[in-house]
Amino acid sequence: MAANSTHEKYKSDGSLPGHLLEWVDARFPATALWRDHLSEYYAPKNFNFWYFFGSLALLVLVIQIVTGIFLVMHFKPDASLNANGVPVAFASVEYIMRDVPWGWLIRYLHSTGASAFFIVVYLHMFRGLLYGSYRKPRELIWLFGIGIFLALMAEAFFGYLLPWGQMSFWGAQVIVNLFSAIPLIGPDLSIWIRGDFVVGDATLNRFFSFHVIAVPLVLVGLVAAHVLALHEVGSNNPDGVEIKKHKDTNGIPLDGIPFHPYYTVKDIVGVIVFLMAFSAVLFFAPEGGGYFLEYNNFYPADPLKTPPHIAPVWYFTPYYSILRAVVWNFFGLDAKFWGVVGMGAAVLIFAFLPWLDRSPVKSIRYRGPIFKTLLSIFVVVFLVLGYFGTQPPSKAGEIISQLCSLYYFGFFLTMPWWSRMDKFKPEPDRVTMK
Amino acid sequence: MSNQKVDCGRRRLLVATAAVGGVGGLAALVPFVSSLLPSERAKAAGAPVEVDIGKLEPGQMMTIEWRGKPVWIINRTKEMLESLTKVAEAVVDPKSEKNQQPTYCQNDTRSIKPGIMVAVGICTHLGCSPSSKFKKGAEEGMPSEWMGGFLCPCHGSTFDFAGRVFKNKPAPTNLEVPPHVYLTDTRILIGEDKKGA
Amino acid sequence: MKKILVALLFAPLLAFASSTAHLDKWPGSVSDKAALQNGAKYFVNYCLNCHGASYMRYSKLMELGLTEQQVRDNLMFTAEKIGEPMRVAARSEEQKTWFGAAPPDLSVIARARASEAGSGADWLYTYLRSFYRDDKRPTGWNNVVFENVGMPHILQELQGVQVRDAEHKLQLAVPGKQLPEEFDKTVSDLVGFLVWMAEPQQEFRQRLGVGVLIFLGILFVLAYALKKEYWKDVH
Repeated sequence: MAANSTHEKYKSDGSLPGHLLEWVDARFPATALWRDHLSEYYAPKNFNFWYFFGSLALLVLVIQIVTGIFLVMHFKPDASLNANGVPVAFASVEYIMRDVPWGWLIRYLHSTGASAFFIVVYLHMFRGLLYGSYRKPRELIWLFGIGIFLALMAEAFFGYLLPWGQMSFWGAQVIVNLFSAIPLIGPDLSIWIRGDFVVGDATLNRFFSFHVIAVPLVLVGLVAAHVLALHEVGSNNPDGVEIKKHKDTNGIPLDGIPFHPYYTVKDIVGVIVFLMAFSAVLFFAPEGGGYFLEYNNFYPADPLKTPPHIAPVWYFTPYYSILRAVVWNFFGLDAKFWGVVGMGAAVLIFAFLPWLDRSPVKSIRYRGPIFKTLLSIFVVVFLVLGYFGTQPPSKAGEIISQLCSLYYFGFFLTMPWWSRMDKFKPEPDRVTMK
Repeated sequence: MSNQKVDCGRRRLLVATAAVGGVGGLAALVPFVSSLLPSERAKAAGAPVEVDIGKLEPGQMMTIEWRGKPVWIINRTKEMLESLTKVAEAVVDPKSEKNQQPTYCQNDTRSIKPGIMVAVGICTHLGCSPSSKFKKGAEEGMPSEWMGGFLCPCHGSTFDFAGRVFKNKPAPTNLEVPPHVYLTDTRILIGEDKKGA
Repeated sequence: MKKILVALLFAPLLAFASSTAHLDKWPGSVSDKAALQNGAKYFVNYCLNCHGASYMRYSKLMELGLTEQQVRDNLMFTAEKIGEPMRVAARSEEQKTWFGAAPPDLSVIARARASEAGSGADWLYTYLRSFYRDDKRPTGWNNVVFENVGMPHILQELQGVQVRDAEHKLQLAVPGKQLPEEFDKTVSDLVGFLVWMAEPQQEFRQRLGVGVLIFLGILFVLAYALKKEYWKDVH
């Protein structure tokens, strides 16, 4: 960090903690880190409601890691049947729910946290869309963010197999079979992923390993990169103008305020409100109406019996709808393959936003009706796709999903044109407080 | 910015929020710390065990499992009991003064009934299970003055028929006597003092 | 503009909302301890012969307001120690040969049976009261909400025999030991026990939730005041 050299090292005030800090600070950039990332990180003073979700995502990550550590102490990734004829993994989840002191709370924190993570991250991403947060110079922040989103999806997918219920089993079965759509290597690839000819004990064990070690490591690394990149260029804001353009004589942005204490005290309020909503679900509706904990997952996995209707967990359903919407063969490759391509593309296309968006202004506040309309429809389309992903296949659902998928990709692919054509309002020179 | 002057109202609010938040944080630790305690399954596995000693001949020993540990029940012969007084000089704690047994077993034979010895078969040194050397002296490969008892194979601690450790051995205390109670003349409940408590 | 779009897009959904068999609402409550005790009695005497509840320990039944002795004397027939799980009397492999499939473990059945049509309790309450004579089935029984069910009508001696008439309505052909209202109460209690057993700490969970929300409410007031106080500097 270049800023290190400009910081003065801490000088003891004569007290014992003071001496200790001086000793540490001479050997480690403790106060420099504190200043660079908190007390002298200048954030725009006009953050609104939408700017809570970054800190909240970090909070949920911590909740997931801590509860995960404790769950691993009691969970057993074992698909074999116990003396009562129940798979050991399934029984160990109920063991946590009943026999481990407070185990139920830790498990519900983790299961509710999974859904909360996606809610928070989806809102965080939507904030980026609203205010053009992915635009220059923040492209790399956005790309790290997409990396986090992908890692999060992998983490959720691997984790969902672990309770070894019917939905765990059949969900994994369907998703792993998607890889068999890849020409030539597909069938062998899906066997390689499973380590067996069906989802089995080997699959459960490797998914457990990925879920508790591999993906979390990647996730934490990406989060660090995301935050470092953000603190390098500074935060965007609801006006989409750069606060670094106007600095005082000390080089401090005129519209910037130190993150600590101003945004720490503000984010604490956001955290408390979030925890209230989180607790309301956790303590009064931990199943989330069958969306957070699916009812069929209270049956142990049975490789011989598929439940009448299987659907992925809600946060995957928009992409699942796109997968199902592709029903045509192209170029001698069957629809299944193109469905997988469509699903993958639907996620990855977000990564290209910084280069697809050609609008002269960043924030929705100064963009015109074309953007506002198209973005609103996009949100509706995303929700509709999500809804149909939870439903059993139907003809009407298929047609609506196809139309929505078309819009979904059209929104992004035509963005270079329509994003330039809008009626724009002049951006202000300085941020505004609304 | 008004950071320079100490603002009493702000300070008070900060302390109050930190205090209430801290209480919440501590309360949130409770579930996590408690989750490390023995679960219902562990408690069920550690429940008292009922043993029938009707078929235990004099001079014989049986081993049962309680909380995953071997518990010995020895039907001591008259000769074995007499050996206890003979070795009293040679053991560390002949009167069982150290708290290694329930008070109702703090006597010369370390038992409820003089004949029946109940002890946890775990050496008090480092947790090995001693082996029985009931015969006298050379017959067990022991020194000639050996009156019978137990030898820990790990570090050579020796114990008499009441589980009392001999002097100058690594084990610091006598073998533990678990709480137990006679349900009938021949049925012992190990792990509990009173029936149905 | 947005509203119209939403309306347009969601209109087809209403038309395709799936129709499922009607479920009767379970009239009971998990806070009725007497009912739960009664339900536990029926569960042990009728269900536990074939179905296990292997995640549930007998000792937990004491939370229904029973003493250890009461549990041992009245409810504990398949275990020696109070801490043991409520295992089925028969082994699951033997059952597989008898029934073709092992009867499912019932510990969490009330959670598994929930669906868009109703709660797991509603489904169980309807199911246990909807058996009817069907000579085409190997067991001689069929069920309105669980077609071609493998389980015979185990509560027949209490309910009696129902038949399905031409209009697909159930009629009581042979009365059982209990009057229809009594039988409904019995099933309601049994279902109550199943609901409680699916998550024995559910009432504590909700009580704790109220406490947590009140605490967070207090913390919110303080934190909000603190934020206001600091942000006086900014404007």
